[in-house]
Amino acid sequence: MRVTGDVPAPDSGTVIAATGLEVDYGRGRVLRGVDLHVSAGESLALLGANGSGKSTTMRALLGMAPLTAGDVRLFGAPVRDSGAVPWHRIGYVPQHRPAPTGLPATAVEVVLTGLLQRRRLWLPRGARGHALEALDAVGMADRADRAMHELSGGQQQRVSIARALVRTPDLLVLDEPVAGVDTPTQQAFARVLTELHANGTTVVVVLHEIGELRSLLQRAVVLRHGRVVHDGALPEPAPDHAGPEHEHVHADHGEPPTEPTLQRSLP
Amino acid sequence: MIDWFAQIGDALTSPLLQRALIAALIVGATAPVVGTYLVQRRLSLLGDGVGHVALTGVAMGWLVGSWTHAEPNDAYAVVGAVVAAIIGAVLIEAVSARGRTSGDVALALLFYGGIAGGVVIISLAGGTNANLMAYLFGSLSTVSTGDLVTTAIMSGLILVVGIGLRTALFAVSHDPEFARSSGLPVRVLTILIAIVAALTVTVSMRVVGLLLVSALMIVPVAIAQQLTSSFRRTMSAAMVIGALVCVGGLLITFTEPLAPGATIVVLAVTVYAGVATVRAVVRPRRVRAADPHPDVADDVHL
Repeated sequence: MRVTGDVPAPDSGTVIAATGLEVDYGRGRVLRGVDLHVSAGESLALLGANGSGKSTTMRALLGMAPLTAGDVRLFGAPVRDSGAVPWHRIGYVPQHRPAPTGLPATAVEVVLTGLLQRRRLWLPRGARGHALEALDAVGMADRADRAMHELSGGQQQRVSIARALVRTPDLLVLDEPVAGVDTPTQQAFARVLTELHANGTTVVVVLHEIGELRSLLQRAVVLRHGRVVHDGALPEPAPDHAGPEHEHVHADHGEPPTEPTLQRSLP
Repeated sequence: MIDWFAQIGDALTSPLLQRALIAALIVGATAPVVGTYLVQRRLSLLGDGVGHVALTGVAMGWLVGSWTHAEPNDAYAVVGAVVAAIIGAVLIEAVSARGRTSGDVALALLFYGGIAGGVVIISLAGGTNANLMAYLFGSLSTVSTGDLVTTAIMSGLILVVGIGLRTALFAVSHDPEFARSSGLPVRVLTILIAIVAALTVTVSMRVVGLLLVSALMIVPVAIAQQLTSSFRRTMSAAMVIGALVCVGGLLITFTEPLAPGATIVVLAVTVYAGVATVRAVVRPRRVRAADPHPDVADDVHL
């Protein structure tokens, strides 16, 4: 949490400037004054247990959650004024959902949708070539014309990343990209994201567990009950868990436990 | 068989049947374009609902026609249908966007209100339910040259939007959340789909009637999706299938005493059943048999 006062004046190094974010879906406040400031080139994890507000924070940052208070600026433009935001500089990878059982669509068709813009509702010249390059970057070029429902969950997730990459974004926002994905695929994601970050892309990842993405991430923002409780170095894996890093798996509802697992694992 | 071809050849010399055939071809190729987006958005019954509401529009047009002593009485019926269908489609879209809790009941109210309103208003206009039959079940045999021009213009409009904006309309139908994060005007595009669906309903009304209009939009798509693996090819195949079943169904009625609209729909449903059966026999459990992780060694062999 680096910003606690007014929204800073937009500058070329500020990618996300969010102040006092409050969201209320009618069943109590989900976010209770979240501040977040992300500079260009950072790689940041938004961590928290179920119900902590991390996904809502991400949605609020992208203008998809109704703010009851607070302000978000992306690249200096207020999200409330959607027309002013340079959405083409932002690549969003939604949380993985099983492929819809509706109509078939190929991987390349899904990636092509990433090339559309607010004022360009049709594909530019050479669109398929760009889409194939993006699929190649995530190791899916050979499955470009396969139907999405024939791909595994991890492969579908790679296609979602390619759809975000095809517009060569300056900011990549990923919502739980490795949830339910096997370890080799997680490692592949980590490689792709590390390479993008090395090339200057700002990466914000919403995570339940850090897992294989640890080497990529420089900074962790931990949410609890709709508030930021930590902003800084990545939390260490909890020593009392035998398995891989499970430091944030406890459901976050009701009153906080007397000895929060989350804070115990913080540095 | 030769007799049948001879009869068809004779029938085709009639300008009336030629017009009917052209109308069926145009509508058959156009209706599935919008149907593709509706199936993708799980709004397959939107066309059905809009059809019900359009009936009120037909009756309103009739009422206006009788007030203004228009000749014929139903001169404004198509205009009324277009207006009511667009209002109905946008209302359905708005209700479904608000969430599922009350949407179901609201849609039911719109459906039944639409059809009952049509019957009541046609009585007020001095007409009878029999006057509505042509709109409810289609009237290909009475297509005039003017009707054909109207059909062609409206179909052209539907095709320009449906095919010209295919990637954008696919984007909002496939993943509205991602489309929103791209800055796409999701609300405008979904309303555009609803408006184009409403136009499709009114343009298809002549061929199969308002009660069966949804079938012309949806069944060719349902057939095509079994045969293809891409969205673009599904749309193209559905257009071809739609045109073939419309023309085929109509040709059957040239020699058999059957209602054209219903015959077209029965033919489409029969083709669907045939394709589904053949597919089940030829490619059994294809998806289940596919290895989702071909590059990862199996840790258990059964």
